[in-house]
Amino acid sequence: MNVNELNCVATQVRRDVLRMINGAGSGHPGGSLSCTDYIVSLYFSEMNVNPEKFTMKGENEDVFYLSNGHVCPALYSVLARRGYYPVSELATLRKFGSRLQGHPSISHGLPGIRMASGSLGQGLSVAIGHALAKKLDGDKSIVYTLHGDGELQEGQIWEAAMFAAANKVDNLISAVDYNHQQIDGRVEQVVSLGDLKAKWESFGWIVFECNGNNISEILVALKKAKSMLFNGKPIMILLHTTMGFGVDFMLDDCKWHGTAPNDEQLSAALKQLPETLGDY
Amino acid sequence: MKSYKILDNKDTRSGFGVGLLQAGQADERVVALTADLKGSVKMDSFAKAFPDRFYECGIAEANMIDVAAGLATAGKIPFAGTFANFATARVYDQIRQCVAYSNKNVKICASHAGVTLGEDGATHQTLEDIGLMKMLPGMTVIVPCDYQQNIQATVAAAKHVGPTYLRFGRPKRPVFTTPDMEFVIGKAQLLNEGKDVSIFATGHLVWEALVACEKLEERGISAEVINIHTIKPLDVEAIIKSVMKTGCAVTAEEHQLNGGLFDSVAQAVIRHNPVPMEAVAVMDEWGQSGTPDELLKAYHLDSDSIVGAVLKAIVRK
Repeated sequence: MNVNELNCVATQVRRDVLRMINGAGSGHPGGSLSCTDYIVSLYFSEMNVNPEKFTMKGENEDVFYLSNGHVCPALYSVLARRGYYPVSELATLRKFGSRLQGHPSISHGLPGIRMASGSLGQGLSVAIGHALAKKLDGDKSIVYTLHGDGELQEGQIWEAAMFAAANKVDNLISAVDYNHQQIDGRVEQVVSLGDLKAKWESFGWIVFECNGNNISEILVALKKAKSMLFNGKPIMILLHTTMGFGVDFMLDDCKWHGTAPNDEQLSAALKQLPETLGDY
Repeated sequence: MKSYKILDNKDTRSGFGVGLLQAGQADERVVALTADLKGSVKMDSFAKAFPDRFYECGIAEANMIDVAAGLATAGKIPFAGTFANFATARVYDQIRQCVAYSNKNVKICASHAGVTLGEDGATHQTLEDIGLMKMLPGMTVIVPCDYQQNIQATVAAAKHVGPTYLRFGRPKRPVFTTPDMEFVIGKAQLLNEGKDVSIFATGHLVWEALVACEKLEERGISAEVINIHTIKPLDVEAIIKSVMKTGCAVTAEEHQLNGGLFDSVAQAVIRHNPVPMEAVAVMDEWGQSGTPDELLKAYHLDSDSIVGAVLKAIVRK
């Protein structure tokens, strides 16, 4: 897919996200919108995946772990649009009996999900485990993760960062959705992350940065990241993003971390995001 | 009455080390992880035999549990081992979300459990772990009674598919089980048949129960001793069959009364065949430093305490 086509997918995913959360009456639009471009780039351009035959093990295919599980509406939409399950199922988000749980779950059997997430700070460790298993099996495919920036306040992230470097987990590309917002306010005001690039580098990681709401830039960063795989070091991409990207009144406002748009707000938002692939 | 002899005096944790090596030899999917306690939890021989399948995680237990969950997702059979406190309380959320809720085939291996840990004191003498683990839906909870049984339990855990908690102790304790005694997860072990009281014991207190059984015999009391090496799933059938015959029961465990073996057995007994029950357990107290035998006595967990509990239960029949 070229960049224009990827942008069309991203616009549709943003529509899906907003309609899903409005339909559910609850959920997390802000982070879902800031990470949309990255997840679309992974699943529609960069990752080698097999949506028709999903397996937990993901042998000889790339696997993705969403560590900040609350932004799952974006992942759910991408998985549906990529063919893991019917897009009509997106209407069931957060409803009783749905496979699209409020936070990702494997107990409901949704194809594309390999681990529950929601309690933060755990996905990096899980991904490292999967990456180590791929090494044992001589499987050259790649493990990807996505994290929130606020999530990096969890100590386990840094346990995992240290462990990955010490064990030369070099078949892993992690990314941070660096939108500077968390529930209680700006990350810098809640508990500052300091110099994030220097932190990851000092932990022994290769770090790339890009505008995470610009698909061209994301593709360049992923290309560079991929060229550094299997060189003895784990890789991090800091995605500079804006919470609520795509909807003017949601931009850079932590109020939209976990608030569902009402019908009026939804209608105003959808006017800014033209239907490209057809609504579910 | 069957008589059990002390065949050897060995640390229960070493049985885990032997079992882990055997499991690793039998199945190349078996991998092992530890958090700076390779020697203490007896993973050395596995690490030496299979260096590529052994992961030293350093003092970072949360990361270890979730790395294990990731390995399991990719088809491996990870054994994550550390002290019981760090294997449970410290990493409860990791186990809850990524092992139990996500139904991963991870073996959580918890050594140095209970007051028989001894001199290290209460920070390390975990007495709540069985409760924490059995509350998680889908978690299998195994507490082998001695060195030999821990070998069998570890090998069985490797073959069992699903989240598993394996709890064992540090010190040298009497070894009285033999390799020919069948070990099946979820199947209670009838060690001695009796008619006056059922003693359900787990872990190191199984030996104390057998000693108590001999002391009771001298008083003319016939005690049935059943080793509940699997707390969950509980062998309800064996428990009910026994109490229907004896009419009263005593449980014995190196764990808090709240959340332990007594809770599990009482649930089964109350539902199916209520009888008087007494408990030998730690009664809402913290442990302290001392030798294992001093502590068993001080916390009323030794064979004499089991005899006392039996006498109380029988009177209530």
